[in-house]
Amino acid sequence: MGIVSPGFTGRRGSGADLPPGQYLTHEFPVLSAGPTPQILTDHWEFTVTTETGEKYKWDWAALTALPAEEITKDIHCVTRWSKLQTTWKGVSLDTLLADVETGADFAMAHSYGGYTTNLPLDDLLDGQSWIAYEYDGEPLHAEHGGPARLLVPHLYFWKSAKWVRGLVLSDSEDLGFWETAGYHEYGDPWKEQRYAGD
Amino acid sequence: MSWQVATVADVRQETETARTIVLDVPDWPGHLAGQHLDVRLTAEDGYRASRSYSIASAWANSHSSTIELTVEQVPGGEVSPYLVEVLKVGDPLEIRGPVGGWFVWKPEQEGPVQLIGGGSGVVPLRAMLRAHAVAGTTPVRLLYSVRRPESVIYVSDLKELAASDAVDVRLVYTREAPAGEPRVGRIDADLIEQYALKPEDGATTYVCGPTPFVETVANLLVAAGHDPARVRTERFGPTGGPR
Ligand SMILES: Cc1cc2nc3c(=O)[nH]c(=O)nc-3n(C[C@H](O)[C@H](O)[C@H](O)COP(=O)(O)OP(=O)(O)OC[C@H]3O[C@@H](n4cnc5c(N)ncnc54)[C@H](O)[C@@H]3O)c2cc1C
Repeated sequence: MGIVSPGFTGRRGSGADLPPGQYLTHEFPVLSAGPTPQILTDHWEFTVTTETGEKYKWDWAALTALPAEEITKDIHCVTRWSKLQTTWKGVSLDTLLADVETGADFAMAHSYGGYTTNLPLDDLLDGQSWIAYEYDGEPLHAEHGGPARLLVPHLYFWKSAKWVRGLVLSDSEDLGFWETAGYHEYGDPWKEQRYAGD
Repeated sequence: MSWQVATVADVRQETETARTIVLDVPDWPGHLAGQHLDVRLTAEDGYRASRSYSIASAWANSHSSTIELTVEQVPGGEVSPYLVEVLKVGDPLEIRGPVGGWFVWKPEQEGPVQLIGGGSGVVPLRAMLRAHAVAGTTPVRLLYSVRRPESVIYVSDLKELAASDAVDVRLVYTREAPAGEPRVGRIDADLIEQYALKPEDGATTYVCGPTPFVETVANLLVAAGHDPARVRTERFGPTGGPR
């Protein structure tokens, strides 16, 4: 169990069933690598590009015309806060990818502002991910990724790319922004996959 | 990257609520200015808590095995009060790192450097200033926002750095200023205009501190015409923190 820190007792007792190393917060911390991009919905666009280069596009009107879901999920940030039962509204990736012809195994999410993050395509399907545009009943604030962000609650929250503008599908796995900077390629909070090699 | 046991070699009180911890790390691989590490505390019964802390010192050379952290105590916090008040010289401390490859300054990087810190956000910036003093040739500026004169971390260090031609240090007081300093208030557009390097200087800007501080400053920089791609930020998580 490693070494004991003399005199350390810890706060403990959130009572919640959190992934290892996480603590509970009721705030909504913001963590990103640069300034918050301000994207107007008039200019917003989401594209899916397949491994053969085929492009599928949605503008804001097209996205919000699709059937949306209410989502209530726990979220876990690699900087160790977890927030329980957060509520969102958005479009399932199952809906967006329904007519996309692909045999790809991997997806790279791209954001306005240049951020990227990689995910296995399987982790985006079967009710596991959304393009979310409301948080707690209100339009998603820019600092939390508005107008729309990827929401993949079962992975560390850096995978839930803010200001998302597209997915590029591919047969091989490339690494995204934090993954290139030493973070884990997959990021399962329950396995504490924080850094490369964990 | 695995956990390793460091030993506290020295501690220095920086302010009433912040202290620098000098760690002896036998197999430290070296780090880049701006990187952080994780600290893990374990209680008698095995309960654990970890947090991230920026490395305050520059990587000097492969013969040195000491690194420094500076921790600001967060009231009601789980880890920082232990590091600031309980941990003592000779104690072991589990760490893992270095981590992070984005909020870093490398000597070979071109162009001037603008550093903007709020409260304990000055910690990684100090590592950058130290690294720059050894290996940098481009101009570097520090804009440092603190509550009051007593809240300044690294006072003597900053005075020494400010005396060199290469570095320009400007303090901003948000609550209470020393005699002779008329301005009290947060960093705003005017102050950025007056004291920060301009977009046309081609500077890379590093902004670090509590989340609301970073959010405000980064937005001001973009509004002033700075290319968002040249504004790097590090937000110190959920804490309201000092600003
Ligand atoms: C990359 C990075 C680098 C960092 N570098 C530094 C650095 O160089 N120096 C530095 O001082 N800090 C740094 N930080 C911040 C640091 O990691 C900690 O967040 C900070 O020290 C507070 O930790 P804590 O355990 O004391 O407080 P926490 O226990 O995390 O609490 C933080 C705040 O939330 C409240 N809170 C949260 N959960 C609860 C709860 N369950 N019950 C009651 N209150 C709660 C606390 O009252 C407190 O106000 C860095 C953070 C990051 C992400």
